[in-house]
Amino acid sequence: METLKKNSGPVMAENPAAVYLGELKSMGRRLLRNKGATLGGIILLFFIAAALAAPLLSPHDPGVINALAKLRPPSSTHYFGTDGLGRDIFSRVLFGARLSLQVGGMVIVTSTLLGILFGLAAGYYRKLDNIIMRVLDGFMAFPSIILNIGIMAALGPSIRNVVIALTFSYSPRMARIVRGAVLVQKEQQYVEAARVLGAGDFRILMHILPNCMAPIIVQATMIFAYAILAEASLSFLGVGVPPEIPSWGNILAQGRNFIRRAPWITLYSGIIISAAVLSVNQFGDGLRDILDPKLRR
Amino acid sequence: MRRYILKRILALLPVMLVVASVVFGIQHMTPGNPAEIILGEEATQEQVRALEEKMGLDRPFIVQLGRWFGHLLQGDLGESIYYQKPVLSIVLGHALPTIQLTLLALTVTIALGLLMGVFAAAFHNTLLDNALMFIASIQLSLPISWIGLVLMLAFSLHYRIFPVSGYVAFSEGPLQSILYLTLPALALGAGAAARLARMTRSSMLEILRSDYIMTARAKGLGEMPVLFKHALKNAAVPILTVIGLSMANMLGGAVVSEQIFGIPGLGKLLIFSVFNRDYPVVQGVVLYIAFIYILINLTIDILYAWIDSRITYG
Repeated sequence: METLKKNSGPVMAENPAAVYLGELKSMGRRLLRNKGATLGGIILLFFIAAALAAPLLSPHDPGVINALAKLRPPSSTHYFGTDGLGRDIFSRVLFGARLSLQVGGMVIVTSTLLGILFGLAAGYYRKLDNIIMRVLDGFMAFPSIILNIGIMAALGPSIRNVVIALTFSYSPRMARIVRGAVLVQKEQQYVEAARVLGAGDFRILMHILPNCMAPIIVQATMIFAYAILAEASLSFLGVGVPPEIPSWGNILAQGRNFIRRAPWITLYSGIIISAAVLSVNQFGDGLRDILDPKLRR
Repeated sequence: MRRYILKRILALLPVMLVVASVVFGIQHMTPGNPAEIILGEEATQEQVRALEEKMGLDRPFIVQLGRWFGHLLQGDLGESIYYQKPVLSIVLGHALPTIQLTLLALTVTIALGLLMGVFAAAFHNTLLDNALMFIASIQLSLPISWIGLVLMLAFSLHYRIFPVSGYVAFSEGPLQSILYLTLPALALGAGAAARLARMTRSSMLEILRSDYIMTARAKGLGEMPVLFKHALKNAAVPILTVIGLSMANMLGGAVVSEQIFGIPGLGKLLIFSVFNRDYPVVQGVVLYIAFIYILINLTIDILYAWIDSRITYG
């Protein structure tokens, strides 16, 4: 904010990009000052790097079944041991990270796009507001995992369908947040000014949207964390991604089946999953404190 | 107040309409013919046609939707393909374990969440505060399935304090029933407790700064009565909201907890029916849970308005 105030006026008129960049820089500095967020961000980057490099890093093929090496405890060849089909758990956890990031990333994109679309329409056009929000209220009247299970029951297990099911849960929440932000922005003077200058609805919406980005970004990080946990739950229940695909939920489901004989399947993979979600949450909390001081806890 | 309640209930009608349509859509989103999917590949043409007729799938879409709403209004959720019994009676028959589990999890949440939150606020910015809030962050990041499995490993398999899995009805043996449900409730309540702890802490921090707390302390009241009697009572409204939301969300989490610990509740029924392609039961469970979820949210709204009269009933 301070940077913005200092630079506003002449710079704004000459080069709006410079102001934007300055604001971004100051935001970055504040993020670095927040220890939790920095640590979360670093661990998250580490996870993303490990997930991208999974084919290089994993010591075994995550899908190869080895009947001679079933339920082996952790060792120097199998860091996290092997599961009921002799598959290397460490490699599966690595590839599971890839899948979680993939699902989380896709759900962010779909939910944010749909949420922005419906949120802008509902917030901007009074006539559409009631009908759009009532329909979205209907989708939010389910506990999200129950709605997800219902949709997965209809569509069948696959990565694509998990993304579809999760989008049904999270885009209404995103839309509600965008709508709230639009309702505030709509009353601002720059909107009036634009309208006076003869700007059309689309043009005005394109001015409003950038000013709604803070809550959208905060919500998107939360969706990311929710989506990772939700995929794990759905796959654990057997209604997520098909069991042969290495996913964190599928690994935990194997852990449940062999909990007496092979507790390591559960223990190590769970620690990794929790660390990943914790890092996203910490990063998200820091981001929220900076972008949305009102929500600060 | 009565007008407010009536208004809130009327506002639910469109929501219920959407909910019922979405649940109707579950069966119609299936790729291909639901009757064929239900019967499997070996089914003959006649069997498929008979089931289509029984489920009304041979009628035009709009007729099917109309029939679905008509039956719903009469409390008819259809007939289970697997059990060959009315869906409603099956769903109601599985509700009790889920309700018991949720209530116990709620107890865990309230006890743990309030204690953590109050102590974090009382020792604001100390090691205890930071440690408690860090624990809360971890609790929020653990998948229910993992918490459940680790609790089972520790307290059922290693230390044999609790039974591994299963269920005893409360009416048949209260103590046994609680023993069976303790670990599932802990797994289910851990995340909600963390959320409650955060909310309690921030509400308490605000209250503890106010004048009347200083007065209470000045007149020589001990710290415990100040915290739990004077401060907590006034932090009740936001805390109540979080408790209500947690309870509603637990209906979802219960599916995972029931599946791990083999509790024959609604969640287990739901997953079992998904695997059996018993769509009418899947629809029934989803609809029933959504209905309870809506009722809980309505109750929170009304309680909220009742407790805090500053809320306008507009």
